[in-house]
Formats: sequence, C-alpha cells, structure tokens
Amino acid sequence: MATVSDAVQLEPLHRLRRSVRQAPVGFGLTSLYLSLVVLIPLAALIGQAAGTWDQGGWLAISNPQTLAALELTVGTSVLVTLVNMVVGTATAWVLVRDTFAGRSILDAAIDLPLALPTIVAGLTLLALYGPNSPLGVNVAYTRLAIVLALLFVTFPFVVRTVQPVLIALDPEVEAAARTMGAGGWTLFRHIILPQLWPALLSGAALAFARALGEYGAVVLLSGNIPFSTQLASVYIFGEVEQGSTGSAAAISLVLLVLTVVALVGVDVLRRRWNSYAD
Amino acid sequence: MEPLLHLSPRSLRRPRSAPSFLVGLLCLVLAACSPPASQVASSPTSSRLALVAYSTPQEAYARLIPAFQQTQPGHGVLIDPSFGASGSQTQAVISGLEADVVALSLESDVAKLVSASLVAADWNRDDFHGMVTNSVAVLVVRKGNPKNIQSWADLLKPDVEVVTPDPFLSGGAKWNLLAAYGARVKETGSADSARAYLKDLLGHVTVQPPSGREAMTTFVGGKGDVLISYENEAITAQQGGQAVDYVVPTSTILIENPIAVLKNARNALVAQAFVAYLRSADGQRQWANAGYRPVLKDVASEVGASFPVPQAFFTIDDLGGWSTVDKQFFDRDSGLVSQVLRELAGARGHG
Repeated sequence: MATVSDAVQLEPLHRLRRSVRQAPVGFGLTSLYLSLVVLIPLAALIGQAAGTWDQGGWLAISNPQTLAALELTVGTSVLVTLVNMVVGTATAWVLVRDTFAGRSILDAAIDLPLALPTIVAGLTLLALYGPNSPLGVNVAYTRLAIVLALLFVTFPFVVRTVQPVLIALDPEVEAAARTMGAGGWTLFRHIILPQLWPALLSGAALAFARALGEYGAVVLLSGNIPFSTQLASVYIFGEVEQGSTGSAAAISLVLLVLTVVALVGVDVLRRRWNSYAD
Repeated sequence: MEPLLHLSPRSLRRPRSAPSFLVGLLCLVLAACSPPASQVASSPTSSRLALVAYSTPQEAYARLIPAFQQTQPGHGVLIDPSFGASGSQTQAVISGLEADVVALSLESDVAKLVSASLVAADWNRDDFHGMVTNSVAVLVVRKGNPKNIQSWADLLKPDVEVVTPDPFLSGGAKWNLLAAYGARVKETGSADSARAYLKDLLGHVTVQPPSGREAMTTFVGGKGDVLISYENEAITAQQGGQAVDYVVPTSTILIENPIAVLKNARNALVAQAFVAYLRSADGQRQWANAGYRPVLKDVASEVGASFPVPQAFFTIDDLGGWSTVDKQFFDRDSGLVSQVLRELAGARGHG
C-alpha cells in the first residue's frame, strides 16, 4: 500500500498546517471531494437506517439470527486483529532488520491480498483448504475458514503501518540501551515497542474495520449456516436481496458504529500514548 | 474523523479553516441544485433493448439473443443484457436501472416491480401466465449415486450431507425448501410432519452458498452428498462434463420463471417481439436445449422424453402463492424457516 509509506514521508505537520492556511481553495476542494466520495454516502446510510428505525430497523438488529451473525463477525474480527498485531509486527521487523535473498520480492508480495479481487481470494482459499485440498487440510465452511480468509485479506495493514516506523527508528537509542545491558526481549519491550504503538494501533484499527465488512473472501468459504458460520456482511446481502433495504441499512449501521468506536478508541489510546511520551 | 496514519509524535489538531470548509460545502450545495445533465442523455435509438435478468439463464440468453437477431422483428436490434441475483436486479430496476424487459427467477420479484408501477398490473394475463420457462426442483447426486438417494426421505439418512443455496441470498433457492416441504405435505397430508421434515432437513445442510450456481460449484468441488437444485442447473452441469447425476423426486414443485415488459420500455413493440420470440416454438426449443422445460405445449410434448414428469406435481399456488409463502416461510422473525433455524441453533447450544 503505497499510500501508507507515502504518509510517513509527508512534510512535518506544522509545515502542512501552515500550507493549509495559505491555500484555502485547496482545502475547500478537498472537503468537497471528501463530502462527495465519503461523507454523503455515509450520511445517506445513516439516514436510510434512521428512516426505517421504527418500521423494523430495531427489530432487524435484535433478531437472534442477526445478533448471532454480528457476534461471529466481531469475534472473528477481534481475533484476526490480535493475530495481525503480533504477526504483522514480526513480519515488518523481518523485512526491515533482516537481509536475506528475496527480501524485496517478499516485500512486494505483502500487498497482494489487497490487489486481488476478494472473491478470487475466497476461491483460491477454497481450493487450498476445501474438500479437494492439495494440502490435505479440509477446513472449508467452518469458523476456522472464516478466520483464515480474514487473516489473508487483512494481513498488509499492520505490516505497512509498522514498517516505516521501524525504518525511521533512531539506531542510537537502541545502541545506548544495549550499552546499558538491555538486549533481546527487554530491548524490544521497553525501547522499540513504545515507539511502534501508535502505528501498530492504526494498523490494527484498519485491519479490524476491514475484517468487519469483508464479504467477497468469506461468502463462498464460510458455509453461511445461520447461528454457526453466518457473518453479518453475508446476512446483510440477504436482506438486500429480499428487498429489506431498511433492515440492511440498520445492520450496516451497527457495523459502521463498531468501526467508528474502534477508530476513535485507537485515536484516544494514541493521544494518551503521545501525551505520555511527550 | 482524523487521518489514521499520521505518525508524528504530536497528534493533529483540527485546522482552523472553517471558512474554506464552508466554501467546499457551498460548492456542493450548488452542484446538487443544478439540473441533472443526464436527463438529455437518453439516445433516440429505438432498437436497443435493455434486458435485466437473473443469473442462471445467462448461457441460454447467449444463444437466444443472436437467434432473435436473425428473425425479422429482431433484425438490427441491439440487446444489452445484465445478469445478477434476482432480488438485487429487482432492487436495481426499482432504483432506476434502465430496463425494457425483466426476466426474473420469482413471480414475487415482478410483483415488486408492479408495486413500484414499473410493470403493468395485468402483466401475467397471457396464455403463459407471464412465464417464459419452467423447471423442477431435483436432487443432484454424485455420478453413479453412491448413497442411493431416490427420494426426499433419503436426504435424512444419517450420513448424508445436503447442500442448498441460502433462500435469503438467492430468491430462487426458496423453490428448493418449498419443494421439500410441499412434497411432505402431499405425502402425509400434515403440515406438522412437513415442518418436522424441514427441520431435520436443515440439520443436514452443512453449507448454504449464496446462489444456485455457486451451490453447484460447491457440490462439484467435493462438498456434500446431495445438492438440491433446479433441473436446468443439473442439465447444464452435465452438459459441462461434470460427474453428477440427478434424480427427479416422485413429488416436486413446478418452478416457473416470469418475464415482463416494462411500462416505460423505450420501444414496447420490439420488447414484446423479443418476449414473443422467447416463447415461440423456435425460442422454446433453444430453452429446452439449455435444460429448461418449455412453457409452449407443442414444444413441451416434442421434447417430453428428456424431462420426466413426476407423479405428483405441485405449484407455488398450491402452497398459497408467493405473498403467503414469503410471509409464512421466509419472514426473518416469524417465518417457519427462521423458527426452525433458531430451534436447531438452540439444540446445538448456540444463540
């Protein structure tokens, strides 16, 4: 994801902010674009959900089948996010600190899950972990399959947010810590990890948001059995297909709220961390 | 929401440039108030037809459209087909997708278009009751039928795994569960026994793919012992060289697929000519080749040998018609299928 790396190489923020004041037209155009592309569609979704709230929107959410689907969606998304935080950081570490043959190829491959149409990812995983698995692993149509598919599509986020911070770390700090006898885990825990936290949390929030809404990669792989392997995104598609767009909007709103809570929560944590670090 | 990826140790503060944000909003409001440019864009070419169809007959239309263009009324007519899940296509047309002819999997989807005043209320008052093809719900099994599946009852054998598409994701999949339920009612005369059967059956369903086509892919990919499907899908799979057989149960539902010309069709005469071709002897033979049962009696008797007639046939009207069935079976709260799924989940210890 080029944008993530680019974001790191942006000018210092105080300079950016000054340039905003100098170019109100640019800011106006940006806000216009943001409104058209993101804010208005989101407002329309909220409006649609609110419009049908008393005509079954609440019923749609409190339906046991919906709740089961939401529970599974949030559960798998949290699990996948936690795994990503550990494995993504480790991957970024290896890519930044180790030199080995094929490193640049591996680095380029990290983004592939984002480039692949997710339905293709789903089909590929189905071929790999399905009844005709060449690996002899048949987990398709189970919750484990859902987790595997979500791990696949969310993998790049933590790697790509943590990687540039690792590159930018001041080696002298580490060297100083080493001279004081810190090594291995202590060094990572007390010197490196604190500097990674903000980026790590950002990546985790992105991965979580993506996992909540994923449809393509899981629709064929999940089994879609209500109360067992049915995810919210697939359930919502069923509501649309039934013509119940109001309840689809209501359930989507729940996912949207969960995403906002996750993003705001991360932001709060990061601010707290930053003020602590300052 | 602030950008997520700023990595400076200091957090962003909201820039104090409200005026320029307002400029942006103002531009937006102005843009929204100006008259839409697209109203003048509809071209005067009358010999274009937009066909909005459900996904299954895509291959059949790939043969039927060129064949129609060979006929006198079809000469020079350009047809733009769009294929997708029946319910989504219906929603798209209601939301403004340009359509002259709609071919959907369920009569109830056309009824939604009638409610939206897009299709005339008398659309189905013709010799074909608005239908263009028929089919039946069948049991698809692996080549040679290793588990010896012959009847609906056989689906409840202990070691049998059933695949059927999600009836909420794919309207067409409702036929499958209704076939199973209706066959039991026919057999026992008892709605309670049919309900119990449906519950047992859903307990044997281990995967609910999003559509009939994907259910076939799942089954061919090695999952399950029986796939409940439409006869035309089974025939398509066999024509495509897949190692499957299918059994027409002694009692099953007659699947009927509607077609309708929209009220505001750009060229109603051409649209009607297209529909008439699809129902002509020539068109119906093409449908039969693609695995669909003809709605035209002459052709139906001509190709009868390839389409075994079950002993007991019933239609959606025998179950009360779509509006009753949708409420009775597929309501998310009180529908029989929803109830049975909850009971199953309770028995498994979830929910």
